[in-house]
Amino acid sequence: MTVQPPRTSAGASTTAAPLDVAAIRSDFPILDRTVRDGRKLVYLDSGATSQRPRQVLDAERSFLETSNAAVHRGAHQLAEEATDAYEDARAKVARFVGVGTDEVVFTKNATEGINLVAYAMSNAATAGPESDRFRLGPGDEVVVTEMEHHANLVPWQQLCQRTGATLRWFGVTDEGRLDLSDLDEVINDRTRLVAVSHQSNVLGTINPVESVVERAHRVGALVVLDACQSVPHGPVDFGELGVDFAVFSGHKMLGPSGIGVLYGRHELLKAMPPFLTGGSMIEMVYIDHSTFDEPPQRFEAGVPMTSQVVGLGAAIDYLSVVGMERIAAHEHQLTELALRELSAIEGVRIIGPTDTERRGGAVSFVIDGVHPHDAGQVLDNEGVQSRVGHHCAWPLHRRMGVPATVRASFYLYNELDEVKDLVDAVRESQRFFGVTPSAG
Amino acid sequence: MQLEQMYQEIILDHYRHPHNHGLRDPFDAESFQVNPVCGDEVTLRVRLTNPGTDATIEDVSYAGQGCSISQASTSVLTDLVVGRPLQEALTKEAAFSELMQSRGRVDPDEDVLEDGIAFAGVAKYPARVKCALLGWMAFKDAVSRVVDEVGAS
Repeated sequence: MTVQPPRTSAGASTTAAPLDVAAIRSDFPILDRTVRDGRKLVYLDSGATSQRPRQVLDAERSFLETSNAAVHRGAHQLAEEATDAYEDARAKVARFVGVGTDEVVFTKNATEGINLVAYAMSNAATAGPESDRFRLGPGDEVVVTEMEHHANLVPWQQLCQRTGATLRWFGVTDEGRLDLSDLDEVINDRTRLVAVSHQSNVLGTINPVESVVERAHRVGALVVLDACQSVPHGPVDFGELGVDFAVFSGHKMLGPSGIGVLYGRHELLKAMPPFLTGGSMIEMVYIDHSTFDEPPQRFEAGVPMTSQVVGLGAAIDYLSVVGMERIAAHEHQLTELALRELSAIEGVRIIGPTDTERRGGAVSFVIDGVHPHDAGQVLDNEGVQSRVGHHCAWPLHRRMGVPATVRASFYLYNELDEVKDLVDAVRESQRFFGVTPSAG
Repeated sequence: MQLEQMYQEIILDHYRHPHNHGLRDPFDAESFQVNPVCGDEVTLRVRLTNPGTDATIEDVSYAGQGCSISQASTSVLTDLVVGRPLQEALTKEAAFSELMQSRGRVDPDEDVLEDGIAFAGVAKYPARVKCALLGWMAFKDAVSRVVDEVGAS
């Protein structure tokens, strides 16, 4: 069966009506399969990648069967249809996150989006005066946080290395919240850029982006938001947040892999030098020099991903019909239950906020006496697909004093019963490794 | 069921009661290895007698943190190589690596690998192969450092 639009509104719903999870699940063929000798699949790894509904798979297939062609090239009918499909999806993305269509750049993934900005900033060193505000050098500072995913950390380390700028960072509290007690000191007159995640992929913490943006803009610094874990899970409006750049990826929001989005404020994209150069991004090309197209095309060199973009558009349609508010409310319920049930197990410690205030559906934890890798193996044996390791946030794990964690992450298709499956599997890991608390 | 195939009693025993654990002096070379996927790490030292072509492994000591598979395989490693001629130890290292890369398609030779054959089940889980090889990589690296040094002097 197919998810029907809520009766109360034509588009995205803001009602608090609970999700019909069974109906949603029937759109995701993979959720019917079993794993490891006939175990029911309990997919709790949507923070790494989400599953895709039929509607997304069908949209990709239908595009490829009817309109496939290289976009922004050729005068034939297929090229026209393909270009329209591509640009329609861009408009959908823009509406979905509250920005202008010409402010949306398609990239391979979110990581490429962040690298695009970082390399454009290095390229500013040899560009004209219009790129001045992107130029970095010794004495300038770039600010990150201790909870960043490597994708929003390593590119900035590298940028600092290339330009001589200094990397600074905000710490994380014991509870797993961003420590902004030194906000005015860390973001200061030397700060040129602040890179921060909207929602931690490990802790689930939702950061007070508004405070960071306000301070950054007061000193003239740009803000890059990693929205990979927020855009798929609730209503997000980049315009309202006031960030200068933001990235997210298709595969974490029911869409295909190989497609990411970079949002950039139009006036910034207009002044920013390109990262990748070549076909499609030029205005005029001579044998010894070239000029570049307007954004967003300036940042989309080469024949772009097409069926993936169409698939992302279909994913946004799907999410919009269900309603982002309702998805957030559903995940809130799952998270609340998981936090309560996991905390109740002796020997289990949540890494991250234990309340649901400003917190999303990624729940990471450690089990005394059971290494996360071993716990993950037991969970897998029970059909529970979790993520184990440092989740590409090594400095954060070091800060929290654990080498690795087990992470369960939820999405609209998860049922409350699956939280019980997780809890049972955690207890089974304690039993298997002989660390079951004696009181039990 | 599958779980018991992977976590053989021998592996759990080595995990709970690791052999030759700790870092000891003197040593000829030390290697630090990390599994970038999960952050597990091991520091391993080797001490050789007669560093050269007829060297013998006098001691292997190690410390680190990691899952049961990585800890147990390092413990087994020390049992297999300490007191053995270098060439024999390297043969065992090659046999263990081959077993782990086999996806479970190689029948391990108990005469060569002893307790190491317990890891045949782990080889069926590609995500855990690196865990089993972490200590062995450190051993191979440390030994090659000593041999390089001897060759250079």
